[in-house]
Amino acid sequence: MSQATSLVQSVDWLAIAPPTLAAATGLVVLVADLFLPAARKPLLGWFSTAGLAAAALLLLPLLDGHRRTFCLTGTPQACSYAADHFALAVQFLVLAGALLTALLSIDTVKDHGLPAGEYWFLLLSSAAGAALLPAARDLATLVIALEVASLPAFALVGLRRGDRLSSEAALKFFLSSVAATAVMLLGVSFVYAATGSLHLTRVAHALTALPDPRLATLAGAGVALTLVGFAFKTAAAPFHFWVPDTYVGAPLPIAAYLSVVGKAVGFSGLILVTVQGFPSYAHVWGPALAVLAALTMTTGNAAALRQDPARPRGAIRLLAWSSIGQAGYLLVPIAAAGYAHDPAHAIGATVAYALMYAAVNLGAFAAVALVARTSPANRLADYRGLYHRRPLVALALGFFLLCLAGLPPGVIGLFAKVTVFSAAVDAGLGWLAVVMAVNVVIALYYYLQWTAALFRPAEAPAEGTAGEPADRSRPRIPAALGTALALATVLGVALSGAPQLVLRFAAGALL
Amino acid sequence: MNHTAMQLLLAGSVVLPLLGALAALLPAPPGLKGKNPDQAVLRHGVTVTGAVLAATLALAAGFDRAHPGRMQATTDLSWIPALGIRLHLGVDGISLPLVVLTALLTFLCALYSYYVMPKGPSPKAFVALILVLEAGTLATFAVQDLMLFFLAFETVLIPMYFLIARWGGAGRRAAAWKFILYTLLGSVVMLLGLLLIGLKSGTFDMVALATDNGPKAQLSHTVQLLAVLTVGIGLAVKSPMWPLHSWLPDAHTAAPTAGSVLLAGVLLKMGTYGFVRIALPITPDGLHTVAPYLAALAAAGILYGSLACLALVRTGARGDLKRLIAYSSVGHMGFVLLGIATMTPTGVNGALFANIAHGLITGLLFFLVGGLKDRLGSTDLDTLAGATGAALYGRAPRFGGLLAFGAVASLGLPGLAGFWGEMLAMFGAFHPAAGLSRPAFLTFMALAGLGTLLTAAYLLLVVRRVCMGGTLKTGPAPQGTAGPAPALPDLARHEYAAWGPLAVLTVLAGLWPAALLGLTNPAVQQLLGGGK
Repeated sequence: MSQATSLVQSVDWLAIAPPTLAAATGLVVLVADLFLPAARKPLLGWFSTAGLAAAALLLLPLLDGHRRTFCLTGTPQACSYAADHFALAVQFLVLAGALLTALLSIDTVKDHGLPAGEYWFLLLSSAAGAALLPAARDLATLVIALEVASLPAFALVGLRRGDRLSSEAALKFFLSSVAATAVMLLGVSFVYAATGSLHLTRVAHALTALPDPRLATLAGAGVALTLVGFAFKTAAAPFHFWVPDTYVGAPLPIAAYLSVVGKAVGFSGLILVTVQGFPSYAHVWGPALAVLAALTMTTGNAAALRQDPARPRGAIRLLAWSSIGQAGYLLVPIAAAGYAHDPAHAIGATVAYALMYAAVNLGAFAAVALVARTSPANRLADYRGLYHRRPLVALALGFFLLCLAGLPPGVIGLFAKVTVFSAAVDAGLGWLAVVMAVNVVIALYYYLQWTAALFRPAEAPAEGTAGEPADRSRPRIPAALGTALALATVLGVALSGAPQLVLRFAAGALL
Repeated sequence: MNHTAMQLLLAGSVVLPLLGALAALLPAPPGLKGKNPDQAVLRHGVTVTGAVLAATLALAAGFDRAHPGRMQATTDLSWIPALGIRLHLGVDGISLPLVVLTALLTFLCALYSYYVMPKGPSPKAFVALILVLEAGTLATFAVQDLMLFFLAFETVLIPMYFLIARWGGAGRRAAAWKFILYTLLGSVVMLLGLLLIGLKSGTFDMVALATDNGPKAQLSHTVQLLAVLTVGIGLAVKSPMWPLHSWLPDAHTAAPTAGSVLLAGVLLKMGTYGFVRIALPITPDGLHTVAPYLAALAAAGILYGSLACLALVRTGARGDLKRLIAYSSVGHMGFVLLGIATMTPTGVNGALFANIAHGLITGLLFFLVGGLKDRLGSTDLDTLAGATGAALYGRAPRFGGLLAFGAVASLGLPGLAGFWGEMLAMFGAFHPAAGLSRPAFLTFMALAGLGTLLTAAYLLLVVRRVCMGGTLKTGPAPQGTAGPAPALPDLARHEYAAWGPLAVLTVLAGLWPAALLGLTNPAVQQLLGGGK
């Protein structure tokens, strides 16, 4: 009798409430879509937004950060789900990021005639998976969460029916992602075979003293393959080639979502497997990630430098390449964790940087979405003179770009970079810090070029543009888009005044 | 004055320009609309910078002159505990003169721009950028936390970039890019050094780090050397030290008058101030190793600057007067760096004095060149000289006199501000700190002395060519046929107001150097003595 009950793991429903609520809202939306008349469909968007907001609020009762659930009945310290501070911080990032994406999407769905029910269901499912991932503490849950976050994203990217770019983007994204998953699953199975466990803590323990020394090669190969799989997901160079085409082809809010939430998923997975799962292989993954970080940031920034202002969709392409560059900075503290005595401390810099990046990058996408309404080509040249057309939007976009560049007035961007630098210097990775310093200068060039264009007087109206409506008839900013932009701006400005709000994650041990 | 008032004055003079910059972007309130929006916002700029100047003057008045070595008007609040960054402000005898100089030059620039707005887009943004620039520079001189120093150091980049790129002259885009990319590369490397200091010693507090037996004891010689090299690169780019100076002539030449004045008058000082405030007290062992090289580069800069100026001033070289003054800054800042590199109280005091003197004199010279350009439409020396030239003594005697005054002050005529700093810097090199090679420093001193001769040569040539006009052909000048060129407008009232204070202070500092040295010397003694 006691044997039978002990097999059933206890479930702490409050701990798993945030991802569960997001998933439940998605299901409700999918069903409600069947019964709502077409005129009422916009309600779905607002309902989904409310669901995401409620899910984010459900993080509040968990703030003490000690809840764990789905623990093994025999050994209560091996749990599959932990709502610790790391998980909560990333879950907040994911849910708030999805919330801003939802606000961005409301008008896109309406204007481009995207299927509302499917769109919102897919977005919420993906967000649920992304919120589950940082709390996952065993390899199986990790892989499942990663797939729940990714699979709906493929469909979202390809949702612009009849658009050749959109389907191509979805296909590229799908193929590279599936390859990553396959490699990762192979790695996970090797690790399982070598250690006999899937729980990260037990894997970590078993890897220090393998049950059979002859399995060392298998374990090593498993570790390497798992990491390669995650490198694909984080779009680290040389696995980055799908990013620009995918962002350009996807609906704009989805590009924003992938750049922020998609990245957060990859990075939290990478942090979990490296720091929690394979700490005994730090001498392998530390240097490997450091090289990967240097390569990624250099590739991303060098390519962003070469964007042609007249190219259609140049703005999104630039943000895509810049997001690869930023991914390089995010990798630096994880690499540093491989060298540090206290790896859990170092990765805090990644979390802090990711939170900053999420706020300002979503803000930049919101401003781009706003400009895209009047100039659908979205060339970089279209941003010239934005200050004279929409002063507030131009100031906000300029602020976001300078935050990304890490220069005052973007104080939070500056200090987020300082934390990353300080993690690298602390770990003795001087060469990586210097590479990053050079990259910061390269990145400044294209961010500042874009910012400067915002304030330059607009070109004299050429013959070709004479047919377009005059600038004076500015269309109103839609409420949802305006809210998203305002939220991101307020967040960015507040963080610039009180950087401690996010940088506190860089101080304490999160895991 | 009590402590709270002093605290408020210092904090207020950093925060006020920022608030003013925000307010400049908003539409003017009903009572203050003025004649038109442009006039209103320019007046707003004068008001805010004037208030800041008043605050810094009050701060100077309340400063306890009996203890200039002590940090005064200190505020120390926790800001980002995660990184150990504190809002730590304070002034001592080293930073107080620079704070007042910054406030003064910015006020004079705002005043001058009120009458002569540089050609370019709306003055709204111009005023806002000048104010942000002022906040950044004042903060650089007032903060006592390494990370805040870095933040303030970076704050000036974006405003200066836009000032050059939007209101500048020919070639402004390229010059602005060169300025910001050079400086940023330097300052990011500097950040690495600052982090190294902070992480190894456990604190970013500059006051604590400057004292012996404090956290500084944690820094080994290797760490100090590494820190001084990385921090030094960032500061040397800003100062600028030869051979990292090449952004400066372009930036100065392209910048609008107010931009050049602030760039030369205060922005360059941020670099040398950093050497005195960070490299000297926090990493003395490291600096001791590097000092001979620093001094060598400084001497090279002095010679290079004056030779470049001599090349520009030649007849037919088509040299630009603005560019010439920019190159002369490279030479003058070389003296400052030489003074610091001696690591002696004499040398460092000389460096600090030369800092202030250079701010006053070069500020005045850039103002004058700006005025010349407004009058004649050119700063080309060949156009300004000879028969077609300005011949200022004849056509605008007061203007010409002031230009000649600026030039002789710049060449270091005894009795004017330019003299003391360079004399003391060379004097310091005569007896460098213990352990530094005396023969090497004597050589540098001799080279610097040669530099002063060359400086005198090109500045006198400038005066001859620009002020005196062309040489008359022998024989009686035909009366009335080719008569004197039409008179130029002489100094206007607003020019007296904007430039007069600089000339007066140049004389004052030259005649009464003790006023300034009395402030800096105790503070320098304390820094060199390890905070005792």
